[in-house]
Amino acid sequence: MSRAEAAVRAPSPLWTLGLLRSELAITFRRWRTLALLGVLAAVPVLVGVAVRIETGGGSSPGHGGGGDGPAFITQITNNGLFLVFTALAATLPFFLPMAVGVIAGDAIAGEANAGTLRYLLVAPAGRTRLLLAKYAATMAFCLVATLVVAVSALAVGALLFPLGDLTTISGTRIGFAEGLGRALLIALVVAASLTGLAALGLFVSTLTNSGIAAMATTVGLLITVQILDQIPQLHAVQPYLFSHHWLSFADLMREPVYWDGLLKNLQLQALYAAVFGSAAWARFTAKDITA
Amino acid sequence: MAPYESDDNAGAGEVDTPYSGRRRAVRYVVPVTVVGVAAATIGLVPALADSGDPDLPKVTAQQLIEKIAQSDVQQLSGTVKISTDLGLPDLGGLESGLISGVGKGGEGSSADPASKLTELASGTHTLRVAADGQDRQKVSLIEKAAEYSLIHNGKDVWGYDSKSNEVFHGTAADSGGKHKDEVPALPKDFADQALKSVDDTTSVTVDGTARIAGRDAYRLVVRPKHASGTTVGAISIAVDARTGLPLKFTLTPASGGAAVVDAGFTQVSFARPAATTFDFTPPKGAKVTEEKDAGKDVGEDAGKGSGPGARFRDSGPERKDHAESGGPTVLGKGWNSIAVFDSGAEGGVPSPSGNGDTGGFLGSLGDRVSGTFGKGTVFSTRLINALMTDDGKVYVGAVTKDALVKAANTGR
Repeated sequence: MSRAEAAVRAPSPLWTLGLLRSELAITFRRWRTLALLGVLAAVPVLVGVAVRIETGGGSSPGHGGGGDGPAFITQITNNGLFLVFTALAATLPFFLPMAVGVIAGDAIAGEANAGTLRYLLVAPAGRTRLLLAKYAATMAFCLVATLVVAVSALAVGALLFPLGDLTTISGTRIGFAEGLGRALLIALVVAASLTGLAALGLFVSTLTNSGIAAMATTVGLLITVQILDQIPQLHAVQPYLFSHHWLSFADLMREPVYWDGLLKNLQLQALYAAVFGSAAWARFTAKDITA
Repeated sequence: MAPYESDDNAGAGEVDTPYSGRRRAVRYVVPVTVVGVAAATIGLVPALADSGDPDLPKVTAQQLIEKIAQSDVQQLSGTVKISTDLGLPDLGGLESGLISGVGKGGEGSSADPASKLTELASGTHTLRVAADGQDRQKVSLIEKAAEYSLIHNGKDVWGYDSKSNEVFHGTAADSGGKHKDEVPALPKDFADQALKSVDDTTSVTVDGTARIAGRDAYRLVVRPKHASGTTVGAISIAVDARTGLPLKFTLTPASGGAAVVDAGFTQVSFARPAATTFDFTPPKGAKVTEEKDAGKDVGEDAGKGSGPGARFRDSGPERKDHAESGGPTVLGKGWNSIAVFDSGAEGGVPSPSGNGDTGGFLGSLGDRVSGTFGKGTVFSTRLINALMTDDGKVYVGAVTKDALVKAANTGR
């Protein structure tokens, strides 16, 4: 890539891991990351307490509103495990991707903004590796953020509501252990749903030297796409919007599992990751680093 | 190159050598290629999957109809995609009231099969079906992050709406066994209705083969011969070559355009579904509505199949279930038949759903017509037209507006 790198001997494979480790440490030791995770952990608490208060009189939620509100909310009172699904359904449209947008948008542009990017490149790791490490750290954040929501929801659900066998949305019953397994699978799918946005954010991040601009653009794109997904006249393009199949994670709660939407979602995320990941690579490896 | 870059790379060590504009642009070939490959895949894979109709031994239309009649599929599970486009504005449940002509006006629970299955009357829906013999069937309407299931197991019939967590319970005995064909949206149900109306005014042909849901199928085309009065253009039924089960049903209107009803399996298996599929116990805390509380006619309607299929031809025997509300008489025969009944409501447009405030609204949807019968309002869809005369008579049929007026003129 650069002449400096070419001159140095090929870096050992451990370099990538070292780089990744330091990236992870930097990402998760930041106050803003911890604050984002804190906000995410608070959402299930809010939902759980609200449902608990509302149903204190014995009624079950959602009846008046005709089933409005996040998915699964009516089942929470019967089984605390449903709070996990409700919390993920409530945070997936906005809170989770916003947090991911902040982290991804900041990845390269933030370093450039702080004037630390060129020092990172002085190390003989190479730009591709640095980009990969940044993307891996962002994906790790997707996973951690999702798990934070899920674990917080599980804890709140266990505290406030009974646990036990649960009824799938197809009406069949599954044991609590299998329910937990599905909850974990759902968390993984939700985390995977965010990888497309993470790649998009990383690409935006390579375009500018301002961390704030990259974050704002990524979150702005997220909001735009969410709005476009609601406009019925645009149904022709909607299947290709990265957020279109996000709620398909609920299909894991069907019996038997309905894979169509899930697979479409994962394929779409892989496509976004490939397109914007390679675009980020094209941009970043050919970019003049001035800061 | 260099002139453009001179003030950019002050900090970089490699001032003159690096990337020319062309070499930078070359890198963007990678994402562009990825997009291109993806677009090609999206465009080509369905085309490749569609190619090649299977080679099957020739059969006559008569043999194929017999094959359908003899078909005895007891166990199956699969996914059905059903699209209905009656050309109505999206009015929620209102249009089903229009189509059936007799509203139920019930304030039932949201798990009530009647209120749910009427949703099928417009738009595209995905259903999952499973059946194991006469006593155990299940049909689930897939919704966004929710599902509505109708489960028939032995003598129990359960409706479960996961979105509102409400349960509807009826017993098969209560409904006089009507629940036995309780999957009203299967291609088979549509096909049976269509084949029932095959008579000398109909041409039935075998039009090649097709692959539906990964299975080889014959395509049977039913076409009314005297296309003068009817709005039905053609009906195409894909029949599984091995089991004789109709796999796909498409009804195109005489006016052309998109299919009015298109119901087909996207995936099907003839293995016995897991027994647990049909087990249902109401979840704790769910609101259970018993059929008795919900009113008798609701259960009946559900068993009859509130889906559009059961109603797409109003001369069919399903009309009889409205006998208590006016006793329809059928004018004409075959595809041109028109059902006539007395709505009992005098003076203008009665509201089919029984809510007075929708009357004016419905009136605005129809066209005023007049003839020797007097005056009336015609409600048009792409398939079914209905004429409500001002003296309370209702003429319904899959026929054109003119045919309705003519029937009203001669029928009085």
